[in-house]
Amino acid sequence: MDGILELKEKLNNGSVTSDMLFNNSINLAKKYQDEYNSFVTIVDNYEKIDSDSKISGIPYALKDNVSTKGILTTASSNILSNYVPVYDATVYKKLKDAGALLMGKTVLDELAMGGTGMTGHTGIVRNPWDSSRQIGGSSAGSAASVALGIVPFAIGSDTGDSIRKPAAYGGVVGFKPTYGRISRYGLFAFASSLDHLGVFARNVRDVAIVTDIVKGHDIHDMTSLPDDDREYSTLIDNDVKGKKLFYIKEALENNDNDVELAKILDNFDKVKEKCTSLGIEVCEESISKDLLQAIYPTYMSISCAEVTSNDANLTGIHFGVRGEGNSPEEIIKDARTKGFSELIKRRFVLGSYILQKENQEKLFLNACRVRRMIVDKINELFKEYDGIIMPAAAGIAPKFGQKSDKLSDKYLILDNHMVIGNFGGYPSITIPSGFIDNMPVGINITGRVMEDDVVLNIANKIEGTMEYANQIAKEMK
Amino acid sequence: MYKTVIGLEVHCELKSNSKNFSSSKNGYSTIPNSNVSVVDLGMPGILPVVNKEAVKNSIKMALAMNCEVPKYLTFERKNYFYPDLPKGYQITQFKHPIGTNGYVMINVDGVDKKAFIHDTHLEEDTASLDHYNAYSLIDYNRCGVPLLETVTEPCLNSADEAVAFLEALRSIFLYCDTSYARSDRGQIRCDVNVSLMREGDTELGTRVEMKNINSFSSVREAILCEVARQTDILDNGGKVLQETRRYDENSNMTYTMRSKEDAIDYRYFTDPNLPPIKIESDWIEEIRKEIPRLQYERSLVYINDYGISRKDATTIVREKNISDYYEECIKLGGDPVLVCNWLTGSVIGNMNKLGMNIKDITLLPGMLVDLIKMISDGKISGKQGKEVLEKALETGKEPSKLVSEMGLSQIVDENEIRNIVLEVIKENLSLVDDYKAGKRVFDYFIGQIMKKTRGRANPVITSRILKEELEK
Repeated sequence: MDGILELKEKLNNGSVTSDMLFNNSINLAKKYQDEYNSFVTIVDNYEKIDSDSKISGIPYALKDNVSTKGILTTASSNILSNYVPVYDATVYKKLKDAGALLMGKTVLDELAMGGTGMTGHTGIVRNPWDSSRQIGGSSAGSAASVALGIVPFAIGSDTGDSIRKPAAYGGVVGFKPTYGRISRYGLFAFASSLDHLGVFARNVRDVAIVTDIVKGHDIHDMTSLPDDDREYSTLIDNDVKGKKLFYIKEALENNDNDVELAKILDNFDKVKEKCTSLGIEVCEESISKDLLQAIYPTYMSISCAEVTSNDANLTGIHFGVRGEGNSPEEIIKDARTKGFSELIKRRFVLGSYILQKENQEKLFLNACRVRRMIVDKINELFKEYDGIIMPAAAGIAPKFGQKSDKLSDKYLILDNHMVIGNFGGYPSITIPSGFIDNMPVGINITGRVMEDDVVLNIANKIEGTMEYANQIAKEMK
Repeated sequence: MYKTVIGLEVHCELKSNSKNFSSSKNGYSTIPNSNVSVVDLGMPGILPVVNKEAVKNSIKMALAMNCEVPKYLTFERKNYFYPDLPKGYQITQFKHPIGTNGYVMINVDGVDKKAFIHDTHLEEDTASLDHYNAYSLIDYNRCGVPLLETVTEPCLNSADEAVAFLEALRSIFLYCDTSYARSDRGQIRCDVNVSLMREGDTELGTRVEMKNINSFSSVREAILCEVARQTDILDNGGKVLQETRRYDENSNMTYTMRSKEDAIDYRYFTDPNLPPIKIESDWIEEIRKEIPRLQYERSLVYINDYGISRKDATTIVREKNISDYYEECIKLGGDPVLVCNWLTGSVIGNMNKLGMNIKDITLLPGMLVDLIKMISDGKISGKQGKEVLEKALETGKEPSKLVSEMGLSQIVDENEIRNIVLEVIKENLSLVDDYKAGKRVFDYFIGQIMKKTRGRANPVITSRILKEELEK
């Protein structure tokens, strides 16, 4: 399936027009909408902006938690079912100015909270490779739109692996850069200290091209990094011989002889061999199991606390769906009771509880300390290694209704290790690495803060040793 | 009898071009929702950006109140739901306020006292609500305006001390030019905490909070009202309930708002969108240099060194511009007491009559000093001086010009005066006999001389010469 460079070449030599590309995306989106439900909104038209950027004239999809002036933005929540923003997110503005064509807003887990793609207010998102399975989340629709070949790239957000996990389940590339690399201005906040915007595409080069466009210092975001004046798309072909990566021993134990996990580990072994063939050294390192098991509860604690505060603006008073009642308290309560799903309410209750005066020290501040301990441990290892390499998930995309043991090591550790990338703000990418039971699987590479180009470089080279780049789930008719 | 213990939390809007965390205008407007941005409205996806000028003004105030300034600028979120708070939280400072452990000097009835400051911290203001029968209207103009909250220790012991503190604090804001501090525009507001202590008690009594009192006179009334209420409870053997009460100006009574049990837990935590910013000591020193000498210090000099009364000193220091004017006059050689009398009397009196501000008048300090010197030198009389001053303020003309225009320069030449005296005596010979007979006709002669000279004859010299001639 054509990536950005191929499409750009066709645009340049006149064999296609941006109109054709745009309409093709719209048509595919409509064709697959009923079965896979990737979109909340499919737009009718685009504004032609003159630009000589590498993505000018290229259609793309944007997760529906990114502010787009004049276009409905719901965060897949009923409380925002009527919300039309009056300002543009910086990431959207940059893509617009670069001449890229927004063709739709994609479904997410409500308010970006979730990892199944099943909790959006317009329904569940199905996995393009097997519609009886989820594609994960929260950037479910963005991942699916790329996996279906509707668009060559899409924008998602990643707070606890919400780009990198659905990328693995969807057989596409998903990149979360260093915290602050892409401005968060206009991204509906979930957990401000963990939120990142990022890119889906079908190969690493395309991801690098788009990242080059959307990264950069933003005066509207005080957590945004100064410009690094590096063009990632030119740095991804560097030789990676001599790079050192580690994987976490405790995360890859299979004491119960789980069949699926064994296949995951097998696939990982193959990737390690590919690394060796590139001259990349891959070693095993040990991290205490206590610390690894603490990742998920720490993440839940911090993210629920922050989101309770971040989503306190959703009252229906000055935007969104207005509630009913005889006092402001009643009106706010009504809007929020009707507007949020049970899962969201649960997280808000948890977050409120965690931040209460008598609990904060033990539940919130301790979680912040554990986060610091995890990051310190990784930074210590990063003195010797250029990155972490791990399977992106403990298995293939689960079937709808499939039960899993949330307290098992397999879930706690192997299905959640990518949160490390959010805790420390490390650049982190998932690339497809094969198939198990006809479902795609992926591996994750996480590097030092600010070394986005190194992570993309390593991923690009490893991708080059395999044949999973540019794949899509369905053949175009 | 009980000792009254008062603590104040004063909220004051700071001056700056734009709001504390957004680029919309920080300015008074009568058109609702005209200075509003998406950031102020807390729309989904917005982020705060710190306003350096607001931070600078808050540091200036912290230093002017003798506070310690922290190494890093940090902010916390105060979380609660109310329609005037669109984000559902207020960005404020909780852990490391911009100023701590300071004090403000106050003077009540001639007694100096240090009013201790627990902390002063920078935060953002809320929207304003107008309540009607069936609906309420929200105006977000004020939402996000930089607000400095100053919290005293419970160290004030009377309504007078509380008001003195408020006035001293407002003066600091005005002298430092960090706020307009107008009560009538809601730019300075106060929460008052009152408790009573019995003689001999070592622990503070139960405190009651009264919220959002909007004028200094209301603060006085509210305190008196609350002290009376608590006194009544304690006298009758009851216990004061820890609660928040609302003061109603119209009925001069306080009403329960919420009790301790309903007290809100604001779940303060550090705002993750605002990374800590290092406050460089160079910058602090630069800001410190901008602080002018303040009201209290100037008063001390005026009273102790210049010898003017406390009442007059208070009048002069009330406005920095007046105080600066006064000091300029003295620098130019004016006598401190004379200048004070003229300033607090004729100058301010006429300015008020004409509705002018001392910034607007063309009577420069040098001109006032010259005018006073003209009187001391005897060139014109005090009465004439007052006339000239009034005209100078009215017309904007220089006093020296006016003196010539009005033909007012005094006659001090003795020969000239003697001639006129002799003239008048000659015209009123019969009265000379009356004078010698002891009748009170001296003033009539003076009057006639003044009439002939159009008031310009120097009174002292005239009196002397007249007496001389009459006695001959």
